Amino acid sequence: MADESNERKKFVLSCPIPITEYPRIVLGHGGGGTLSHALIEKMFVPSFKNPFLDARHDGAVFEIGGRKVAFTTDSYVVRPIFFPGGDIGTLAVNGTVNDLVMCGARPLFISAGLVLEEGLPMETLWRIVQSMKNSAEAAGVAIVTGDTKVVDKGKGDLIFINTSGVGVIEGDHSIAPKNVRPGDVVLINGDIGRHGMAVMSQREGLEFDAAIQSDCAPLAEIVLKLLATGVEVHCLRDLTRGGLASAVVEIAGTAGVQIDLDESAIPVSGSVRAACEFLGLDPIYVANEGRFIAIVAAKDAGRAVEALRSHPLGAEARPIGTVSDRRAGLVTLRTTIGTQAIVDMLSGEQLPRIC
Amino acid sequence: MKFMDEYRDAASVRALAGRIRGITTRPWTIMEVCGGQTHTIVRFGIDELLPKEITLVHGPGCPVCVTPAELIDKAIDIASRSDVIFCSFGDMIRVPGTKENLFSVKARGGDVRVVYSPLDALKLAAANREREVVFFAVGFETTAPANAMAVYQARRQNIKNFSLLVSHVLVPPAIEAILSSPENRVQGFLAAGHVCTVMGYEEYRPIAERYNVPIVVTGFEPYDILQGVYMCVTQLEEGRSVVENAYTRAVRREGNVKAQELIREVFCVVERKWRGIGEIPRSGLGLRDEYIEFDAERRFGVAGGTSEDTSECISGLILQGVKKPHECPAFGTRCTPDRPLGATMVSSEGACAAYYRYRRFSSKET
Amino acid sequence: MCLAVPGKITDIQDHDPVTRRGTVDFGGVFKEINLAFVPDAQPGDYVLVHAGFALNTIDEAEAGKILEYLHEIDELGGLEETGS
Repeated sequence: MADESNERKKFVLSCPIPITEYPRIVLGHGGGGTLSHALIEKMFVPSFKNPFLDARHDGAVFEIGGRKVAFTTDSYVVRPIFFPGGDIGTLAVNGTVNDLVMCGARPLFISAGLVLEEGLPMETLWRIVQSMKNSAEAAGVAIVTGDTKVVDKGKGDLIFINTSGVGVIEGDHSIAPKNVRPGDVVLINGDIGRHGMAVMSQREGLEFDAAIQSDCAPLAEIVLKLLATGVEVHCLRDLTRGGLASAVVEIAGTAGVQIDLDESAIPVSGSVRAACEFLGLDPIYVANEGRFIAIVAAKDAGRAVEALRSHPLGAEARPIGTVSDRRAGLVTLRTTIGTQAIVDMLSGEQLPRIC
Repeated sequence: MKFMDEYRDAASVRALAGRIRGITTRPWTIMEVCGGQTHTIVRFGIDELLPKEITLVHGPGCPVCVTPAELIDKAIDIASRSDVIFCSFGDMIRVPGTKENLFSVKARGGDVRVVYSPLDALKLAAANREREVVFFAVGFETTAPANAMAVYQARRQNIKNFSLLVSHVLVPPAIEAILSSPENRVQGFLAAGHVCTVMGYEEYRPIAERYNVPIVVTGFEPYDILQGVYMCVTQLEEGRSVVENAYTRAVRREGNVKAQELIREVFCVVERKWRGIGEIPRSGLGLRDEYIEFDAERRFGVAGGTSEDTSECISGLILQGVKKPHECPAFGTRCTPDRPLGATMVSSEGACAAYYRYRRFSSKET
Repeated sequence: MCLAVPGKITDIQDHDPVTRRGTVDFGGVFKEINLAFVPDAQPGDYVLVHAGFALNTIDEAEAGKILEYLHEIDELGGLEETGS
């Protein structure tokens, strides 16, 4: 039909991701790495065009009636849906709570959209809903609105959850990548790689036995505690898929700064490390769900670490890197043997290797 | 982790690097032939510790990089069939064939799964008797015993719905191919430690003698790599060319005899085409007639046939150490890690991918 | 294809020569590994594991030697450390 082919021509001529490059979505587009970024940068941002998207932060911040409000959304498709330390419900609430917190907001209200596959056992749904309830309580938020859809068996992979969240920003801190300055110090609240490896330990074909629990946790309390000290926080970012490395590379790029990380300072638990070694994975790219980095003014780094350590989720908080203006967008890692390696964004998800 | 951390100790590593600097008086080009070693070199920035006179070249050491495009096409063909569960190591998933890769098959709904061991694929076959389970048996000699065992156990347990798509390659013929090339500039080799764990290192002796190159069996941790380089440079500086073992904790001269026996039971030596290099006689392993029922190419009727590698990829020349990645006209423009034209850009250890990362920030510092 | 990782055998579940199987501890991570190629390996031994198979036992005596080698070179004397 003429209309269809005209539509198609329009798409092909104006779509900045040439159809010959990736005629179809691949898993990498959801991995948090360069492919995800290309999709955001080349399709979503230019199409939806507005200054809120330009901030490229975990959530959008705007004013309503004189109050600064943060708004974010996230979808959860994790497999397996139950893993050591949590389930898709825990993730769905904490993930969105944490995105709001990373804007410097106190999370208040969450929405929950469920897409269920026909045939999903009611008992499974009940367990997940209880997890959501418990996580919401622990995070101090209320799930105030939602929606449920059911799709044909075979079209839905058990359950997908989308949560959106709203919070208010108290105080006048401005927290976003653009505020990062040379001289700033990068802090982390704890050890990396737990969530990704906990999930992987259950995955068919790769499973292994280890006492690795997902670190999934709400970060509202610890971050608000940090902000309440008056420490100059320039940027916050929770480390999710793509790991510590992707978050730092993203920020360095958006902020136009160089960030140098110290590998010996990055905490990794023994079993996460062992699991990564035997599957050939690098912990700095593994997903987390209860870890964040705070980029703070150098003068406040000590106080900030103290504040974080005074909270259970920050027991191992420490500085792991510094910001400079040497080369915009460059992230380096001082290795444990004292050499300097470059940290890149991965193009898709990290896969176990044998080579 | 024991037997790992000790070889990453900063003080020992830097001291050994100092020794290498102390004995190097001339430029030397040394090739390592294992993706695992390339990975360590790139990940730990080993280049930074070596004197500038020493050039480390990344050879065809990544079976991923040298698997012919048409074999990947066959994998894609098989994986696209609705009754097939296609299993592979993670390394192969993003390598481009002539048009696409296994990841795109997944995107289209194909059942492509990453596994840790060929035995995991066998388990899947036992648990899914109504489906055909195929394992992509790619690798050097290191992986051959595992793949042989999977087939051996399949026969023993009478599991019929299991097959291997075989693309095993052997290291010594590759080293010979490089050394016999008139454009060869490589003066010393670091032999892949884990290949030698299985095969021993006797077969490298005639090569060292014939071509007068030192060959040092080398491990994979930063200290191991430097130890291999140290021993290789010592030989080069002294004008010697013998086979030495720097990885004595894991490699014995005779290798693992039991593993070799099983390889011989299940596999035989065949011709193999190496992507970017061409056919090297007696450079691969294929299933013996006794076990040919487990050969996926025959089972799925994709045997035979060749396709032209028409892309402008020059990975062959790169793998042989003849050209450097930035000398390729497509490097960084038409060929990037996100849109690779060839395997040396796909694999994060591939020479081109490693170069891409460094070249982008080449000039000043670090 | 060279990623092989050292681990300690904690117990052996299957003694059949072909399917010989045991649990290997990689430092807090435990995995069932085929031990057919290391028929003499016992619980407590360290093995090198690749793709679900132990390829060899680790020679603990040799393991320390190359680190000591460094000190030997020192003793032979004369090589300055051009450190950085």
